[in-house]
Amino acid sequence: MLDEELKADLQKRGIFVASFEDLYNWGRKNSLWPLQFGLACCAIEMIATAAARFDMARFGAEVFRPSPRQADLMIIAGTVTKKMAPLVVRLYNQMPEPKYVIAMGACAISGGPFKEGYNVLKGIDRYIPVDVAIPGCPPRPEALLEGLIKLQEKIQGQRLFGPHRARHADTDDAADYPVPAYGAHDLEPALNPRIFRPDPPRRAGE
Amino acid sequence: MTGILEAIRAALPSAGVELLQNPSPCAQHSLIVCPKDARAVAEFLRNSLGYDFCSNVSGVDWPARKVKETIVRKETVEGVETEVKETVEREIPGFLEAVYHVFSISKRSGVLTLRVRTGNRTDDVSIPSLTPVWKSADFQEREAYDLFGIRFDGHPDLRRILMWDEFADHPMRKDYNPPDDFEYEPTPHDEILVKVKARTEAA
Repeated sequence: MLDEELKADLQKRGIFVASFEDLYNWGRKNSLWPLQFGLACCAIEMIATAAARFDMARFGAEVFRPSPRQADLMIIAGTVTKKMAPLVVRLYNQMPEPKYVIAMGACAISGGPFKEGYNVLKGIDRYIPVDVAIPGCPPRPEALLEGLIKLQEKIQGQRLFGPHRARHADTDDAADYPVPAYGAHDLEPALNPRIFRPDPPRRAGE
Repeated sequence: MTGILEAIRAALPSAGVELLQNPSPCAQHSLIVCPKDARAVAEFLRNSLGYDFCSNVSGVDWPARKVKETIVRKETVEGVETEVKETVEREIPGFLEAVYHVFSISKRSGVLTLRVRTGNRTDDVSIPSLTPVWKSADFQEREAYDLFGIRFDGHPDLRRILMWDEFADHPMRKDYNPPDDFEYEPTPHDEILVKVKARTEAA
């Protein structure tokens, strides 16, 4: 790795030195193409974020694609019902790597106000890996932009080789996530144990 | 309401229709219609009384319940007549109920509430569909079928509308238990804590 001090010094003299990773990630992070779909009221805020007042285009993420084949960012904007969950997972599987997921709003993160209901999935992270979770009900457009910037920071810092390489660069990690089936009482399986490992329970103060 | 009831009784003398009084100040009384006559009563309401619009169909689950009633009866003990109060417990068997709210657009008259009750909550859950009479009941009867398990005979397309087709339960019934898929809680307590402990010990 190049010494940061030397790098800054060279930059002052008009010589820009960067690793391939940095350039590659810089390109990727500034042209995220979100998948164009909304599930509930959060989608309205997502639309507002994309529209003129907040203008997601300033961050290079304005090209909403109507096909998962052309998208690399999935914004789960809204309540994921159990009836909808298999379709969301299938759309995720259809997106090409590298791909990222933003869980927008309380419902997408955990089920939100519908957590104790019978028909709402208690968080999309039960089935697909979530990179950024944006709390709110719904989050304001500024919050979605903040989440997008956080995701860009994450992308910029991703390693493509070595032991700490990104998920998509890890060939051992299967890109396909099992699509749950409609069961007689619940989705089967109710979660993907490979990616959903909640923290062990603890009481306040422990 | 009584005028409507009399009109129904005059036109359909054999129809099983009763008036259910609502004692609260809103006084929204309703008609309990026997399932076998529901179709005929609905057609009479639409064709003769002008009730041309069904705005709402709901399901109601009434589990079997016990009602305590105090009965005062006179008893003669050793020639002296005394009043004896006795508490009798009566069991009302459970049933499912479909509630229809119908309006008359042409006559601009307000809501008429119809209740149609099934025989029980397990096997005798069929009542006639009123979709052939009021088209707007279509989706709402499907919803009542989906969430309560009321079967509407004669419905053109009786399928689940909210839950998936493979789903077996009827989630709005009082005895429905949602699937046990609790997860991390910052402060698990009571029964959740018991489940959490069992799960962590097993893992």
